[in-house]
Amino acid sequence: MTEHPSPRLQAERWIERQLPRIVVLPLFALSLFFVYGFIAWTAYISMTPSGVMPVYDFQGLAQYERLWATPRWYVAILNLFVFSGLFIVIAMAIGILLAILLDQRVRAEGLIRTIYLYPMALSFIVTGTVWKWLLNPGLGLQRFMREVGFEDFTFDWLVNSDYAIYTLVLAAVWQSSGYAMALFLAGLRSVDDEILKAAAVDGASGWKTYTSIVLPILRPVFLSTVIILAHLAIKSFDLVIALTGGGPGYATDMPATFMYAFAFQRSELGVAAASATMMLMTITAIIVPYLYSELRRTNR
Amino acid sequence: MRLFRGLNSAMHAAKHAACAVAALGVSSAVHAEGTVEVLHWWTSGGEAKAVGTLKDAFEAQGGTWVDSPIAGGGGDAAMTALRARVVAGNPPTAVQLKGPGIQEWAQQGALNDVQEVATAEHWDSVLPPALATIMKYDGNYVAAPVNIHRVDWLWANPEALAKAGVEDMPTTWEEFNAAADKLQAAGITPLGHGGQAWQDATLFEDVVLGVGGPDFYRKALVELDPEALASPTMVASFDQLRKLRGYVDPNFPGRDWNLATAMVMRGEAAFQIMGDWAKGEFLAAGKVPGEDFLCAPTPGNGFVLNSDSFTFFKVSGEDKLKGQQVLASLIMSPEFQKTFNLAKGSIPARTDVSLDDFDMCAQKSHEDLLKAVESDALVPSMAHEMAIPRSVRGEILDLVTEFFNSDMSSEDATERLSAAIMRAM
Repeated sequence: MTEHPSPRLQAERWIERQLPRIVVLPLFALSLFFVYGFIAWTAYISMTPSGVMPVYDFQGLAQYERLWATPRWYVAILNLFVFSGLFIVIAMAIGILLAILLDQRVRAEGLIRTIYLYPMALSFIVTGTVWKWLLNPGLGLQRFMREVGFEDFTFDWLVNSDYAIYTLVLAAVWQSSGYAMALFLAGLRSVDDEILKAAAVDGASGWKTYTSIVLPILRPVFLSTVIILAHLAIKSFDLVIALTGGGPGYATDMPATFMYAFAFQRSELGVAAASATMMLMTITAIIVPYLYSELRRTNR
Repeated sequence: MRLFRGLNSAMHAAKHAACAVAALGVSSAVHAEGTVEVLHWWTSGGEAKAVGTLKDAFEAQGGTWVDSPIAGGGGDAAMTALRARVVAGNPPTAVQLKGPGIQEWAQQGALNDVQEVATAEHWDSVLPPALATIMKYDGNYVAAPVNIHRVDWLWANPEALAKAGVEDMPTTWEEFNAAADKLQAAGITPLGHGGQAWQDATLFEDVVLGVGGPDFYRKALVELDPEALASPTMVASFDQLRKLRGYVDPNFPGRDWNLATAMVMRGEAAFQIMGDWAKGEFLAAGKVPGEDFLCAPTPGNGFVLNSDSFTFFKVSGEDKLKGQQVLASLIMSPEFQKTFNLAKGSIPARTDVSLDDFDMCAQKSHEDLLKAVESDALVPSMAHEMAIPRSVRGEILDLVTEFFNSDMSSEDATERLSAAIMRAM
């Protein structure tokens, strides 16, 4: 016959079991309130006629209709897709390439790695300002080339409404490829040497080894890199402000700068809240299925 | 100390009730006179100096001045702070706030009126009526203007003009276009301009004034009359704006206005269309008006008005209310209007202040102001948040800057202008 533990011991055990939950609880409550609570608040404000101050009269989807009738919003949304797409793909491509090259046991690897990684240490404001000077036709590259003797050299993307968005891609890729490289390099180093040796014994070429063996192993690294780069792209606000100021005109406006303009410069809290909600929904629509499929794969 | 001051002014109030008003007037020069907290974003050079003159004048009367400067974003940061303070029920005494923004806050019930002071000092008879309307809510003054900036100025470099054989400052847009063509032929950029939405809008409103005249301007950009907005005159205005676009150098996007002013100083560009804060840049560089640079109104025989003002928020407590009244009276005093505007480069909001100590551009501005009041040609600036709510202004700015930076036709622009304004109403 087993002896029943004393009530006191029982209580102690219960506390012991629940301790992790008790410790996490305040933090959980805080983030529930400050993150999800305010998301809900923003969503509600987007359905009110709020102007300079928040008001709480429900009026349905009028602010969304207004938002989707605004030409500037379409420019912002399109820019987000163009910018994020190009930025993520190019930064990852350059990151993988640099990582593979560095993985060939080159000399002074530590130094080179640091140099490639360093742009990440700068803030987007600094990056944006420096690239603004470099790309300004009257100050930077174009003027330099013309003074050197290439009279017809033209590189005016920064002041051209159709191309200004690509200068943002350029600056962002410069800043973040090194970071992607570091992530991939760490992944490459974690690949088991035995597998590579086995591939070599089987006569696989270097190219084949990478495309068929190493890159598939790096799948989780791709996931984290995409998520990190995607959130950099979506919250890109400082880079736009520093590099183009949203211009020429509003040609390089992004949803984040759009929301800022409407909330803080135009006293239209309702429209701003609607645009914020749209941003959240867009990101959710893209990230959730991707996360779901990737995480299900690892669970299996 | 603060408590003591509060007590002190409470005693004043009691005295006020008991004794003659004159007795208070005598003691006010000696004793503490209320507390004000002033929220503003005048933090750079001449602006900080100008607001310093107000602080000194207030403290000279024995009051306590709590300075709340919030720099950043051309006032956006200050407005965000203001919103938080009002929601928290702790608004500043006075805020640097202008135009229809005053009405927005008044509608929220967040303002105090200073009508008592205004009646006693006859503000109605010394302020231009168009400006007085903006300062009032429900017929009572809730704000006091510190200055008048003129927006429709044409600045020029006389040397550059002489090089291209342009003799006089243009008085119509046709003359301007002719002069600009000559300048272009001589290899000088005719118009120094910075490609930012508000600068594009400054050009736009000055063009509308020149093409359509003050009455059309008022109908279209102040009353937002749909007929005026869709009229052929508006198409003609966009045509002229398109012309101006051709006179700007290719590197203009994103340029700050003071860099465009510097281009005129160096003779790289001949003209700049900008409010009279540009004069501050010329003067700071040691240039002499009439010799090193010229000033003339843009075509149109009107006067586009921009004015900074302090708006009085709903504070309570004898001490703060007293401070608010003293501040209102001080802002509108002729001596302060003079010293402040000498420091800031604008002209006094009061029309009865002598401008003998001011430069020739300011004197010209004052003269034109009186004429414009007389002939009802004084119009509030759309681009500088004097005429219409910020939401509508934002839509107009978006459209104008898109027009300026693309090859949109004037007809399309006119059509889209009406649609944009409808959206924001």
